[in-house]
Amino acid sequence: MSGRPSAKPAAGAPSSKVKTLTIDDRLVSAREDESILDAARQNGIQIPTLCNLDGLTPVGACRLCMVEVKGSSRLFASCVTMVGEGMEVVTDSERLQKYRKTIVELLFSERNHVCAVCVSNGHCELQNLAQTLGVTHLTVPYLHPKLPVDASHERFVNDHNRCVLCQRCVRVCGEVEGAHTWDLRGRGIDTRVITDLNQPWGSSETCTGCGKCVHVCPTGALTEKGKSIREMAKQSRFLPYLTMMREDRSE
Amino acid sequence: MSIEDLSQISQAERDARDAIGHQINVCVAASCLSLQSDKVKEELEKAVEAKGKKDCCKVRGVGCMGLCAAGPLVAVEKEKVLYQGVTPEDAPAIVDALGGEPVARIQGDLEAPFFARQQKIVLENCGRIDPERIEEYIAADGYLALIDTLTAMTPIGVVQQVTRSGLRGRGGAGYPTGLKWATVNKSQGTRKFVICNGDEGDPGAFMDRAVLESDPHRILEGMALAGYAVGASQGFVYVRAEYPLAIKRLKLAIKQAEKMGLLGASIGGTTFGFNVDIRLGAGAFVCGEETALISSVEGGRGTPRPRPPYPAESGLWGYPTLINNVETLANIPTILRNGPEWFARIGTAKSRGTKVFALAGAITNTGLIEVPMGMPLREIIFDIGGGVPDGKAFKAVQTGGPSGGCIPESGLDMPCDYESLAKLGSIMGSGGMIVMDETSSMVDVAKFFMEFCMDESCGKCVPCRVGTAQMHELLRQISAGEATARELALLEHLCDVVKSTSLCGLGQSAPNPVLSTLHYFRDEYESKIAAGEAAAAGHAPPAGGAA
Repeated sequence: MSGRPSAKPAAGAPSSKVKTLTIDDRLVSAREDESILDAARQNGIQIPTLCNLDGLTPVGACRLCMVEVKGSSRLFASCVTMVGEGMEVVTDSERLQKYRKTIVELLFSERNHVCAVCVSNGHCELQNLAQTLGVTHLTVPYLHPKLPVDASHERFVNDHNRCVLCQRCVRVCGEVEGAHTWDLRGRGIDTRVITDLNQPWGSSETCTGCGKCVHVCPTGALTEKGKSIREMAKQSRFLPYLTMMREDRSE
Repeated sequence: MSIEDLSQISQAERDARDAIGHQINVCVAASCLSLQSDKVKEELEKAVEAKGKKDCCKVRGVGCMGLCAAGPLVAVEKEKVLYQGVTPEDAPAIVDALGGEPVARIQGDLEAPFFARQQKIVLENCGRIDPERIEEYIAADGYLALIDTLTAMTPIGVVQQVTRSGLRGRGGAGYPTGLKWATVNKSQGTRKFVICNGDEGDPGAFMDRAVLESDPHRILEGMALAGYAVGASQGFVYVRAEYPLAIKRLKLAIKQAEKMGLLGASIGGTTFGFNVDIRLGAGAFVCGEETALISSVEGGRGTPRPRPPYPAESGLWGYPTLINNVETLANIPTILRNGPEWFARIGTAKSRGTKVFALAGAITNTGLIEVPMGMPLREIIFDIGGGVPDGKAFKAVQTGGPSGGCIPESGLDMPCDYESLAKLGSIMGSGGMIVMDETSSMVDVAKFFMEFCMDESCGKCVPCRVGTAQMHELLRQISAGEATARELALLEHLCDVVKSTSLCGLGQSAPNPVLSTLHYFRDEYESKIAAGEAAAAGHAPPAGGAA
């Protein structure tokens, strides 16, 4: 994965070694600079994620990709944990299922996710996760925050009610488009994505209008104008290709 | 600056002090200052002048003397007299009493357990030297260890000394300091950095503030020694902006040390150079977490990132970085001066040395103490701390701040060290100790700390961001008697999720106050739940409302 910042300033030397490990009792091999998540995906093992996106620097923020590693009582976020020789990884256990369900519930409780009237209904990663994990109702109370919708941009809409703070928009804008229009303000439960210095998106002087943020957004938080319920399908497949075609972005 | 230069300064300073008959020390650290100790100092100076004792008597400001509850404190040095609760009006009486019978009305007892049972390493100069004069630090053998080490020991030798001392990180987790230094020493990097973590944010903790305000040169010496040991030439002190006096004195100390050649290029005529700069925290508790702190120093949002890589390998701007707490670094000069064996003899087998505690809450002697590791909690709270005031009964002591837990009466005979506190479901943390009496509701205590964690969560990872908010709401409902057994079960489930899945230490430890109060004081939760169940059965709608 080329998007990861290298911990050591490797001079492009193809010296990385290959490690052998087991994921869910399957023997797999991976380069030592690949994450457990990368290795699992290459072998057709799906681990739920929300903040992770191939082509962007992993941040380990959503905590859905946590896995068990034999010999440790701690859990590891598989997107930011590198493979190791002889590692025995379990990606799906009763304990992990329980935690993942609760994390998805917490996300639903945090903002006002009303799928029935959402333009991304049917194309939403959060909705898909809930279905896969069997989250049919919430055990935690809804927080019902009052949040604004920014429709000042001529082509796009930012609906804070559907944001999960995965920071994909922040990363794609900074790392790939190079505009750094998006960032975060506030902290804790009051954190919000912002454009420029918390100015309306439509008046942003840095936004190039490329729309990358809209298409990497996992939910209906960032959408194109003019789309009705169920019409907003995201195209995030462009990203791995785009990053691959760029020569050594780390320089 | 050579050893000879240091001893010359030291001798001159001692001679000047011997020439003065009476030395009156006034505490000018934050706590006493807030009680107008600056006015006291001014009045004392005026009284000395008015009574014509200028030649035989000198008034000076010193750092924290520890017994903050009885401030402002004034000490007459050679006569070993302590005055407490001094007002500016007391100044003439104090000056009159010099050389004679002390003023009994305001005299404190230096033989009391509060003073007699302590053993001071980190605080050895606090309240004894003027923090704004480098000469006084030098006269207290300051910078001796630095010059001596630079001219007689290899960096690896320094690492070995620290390792042999058995010193563990005083910031909370108790990671072996020598091991951390060795890792940074071995890490490959064209540059390396040393960071002093002074982002003391636990409610009720003020150890680092006192050291920075009362003895800033000790930190600079510790950092320079650390820089030499790991191969760094630049250090940063990260201090919270809420400590203006500490920042002011630290700035002054850096200037003084640079002027004397104790910081800067070729220290002590060697090839080793070390600079220290100050970075101010903008008020986020999470910036005490090392990766968030690094991000903040770099100018970014103060949010943690996953480890590994650890800062020792990839820290500030990607370079190997040593991060130590204020108190950890404050131990270093003394360890190198007196030798690791001397240090290792103090404390217990796994927790060597001393620990500074900030006593707060329902305790008679609120203030700052330093005791050998392993002293039973009962001795700290009842003998040194003077117990619970107003004839009330002791209920619990909260150690380790929002990451720690509450320890009930039954745990008080455990020795106070890293392992024992962990066994009791709490942590050493940075050394805050909040004592609670029988009137405290433990559900409210848990709610208070959860509110703190909710406010201070950086918002990056889901379990901490949303989990703390949900847990706080559940605790509010329980406390208000609006919750049923279902809410309590949900609270316990969320504790497990947030503890197991959060990104950094803030989230991972946020449930601790809930878990420890549930463990020791479950009956208090249950009586609140019983009230909630009764209200629900009586068809009184819960105030939270159905979602």
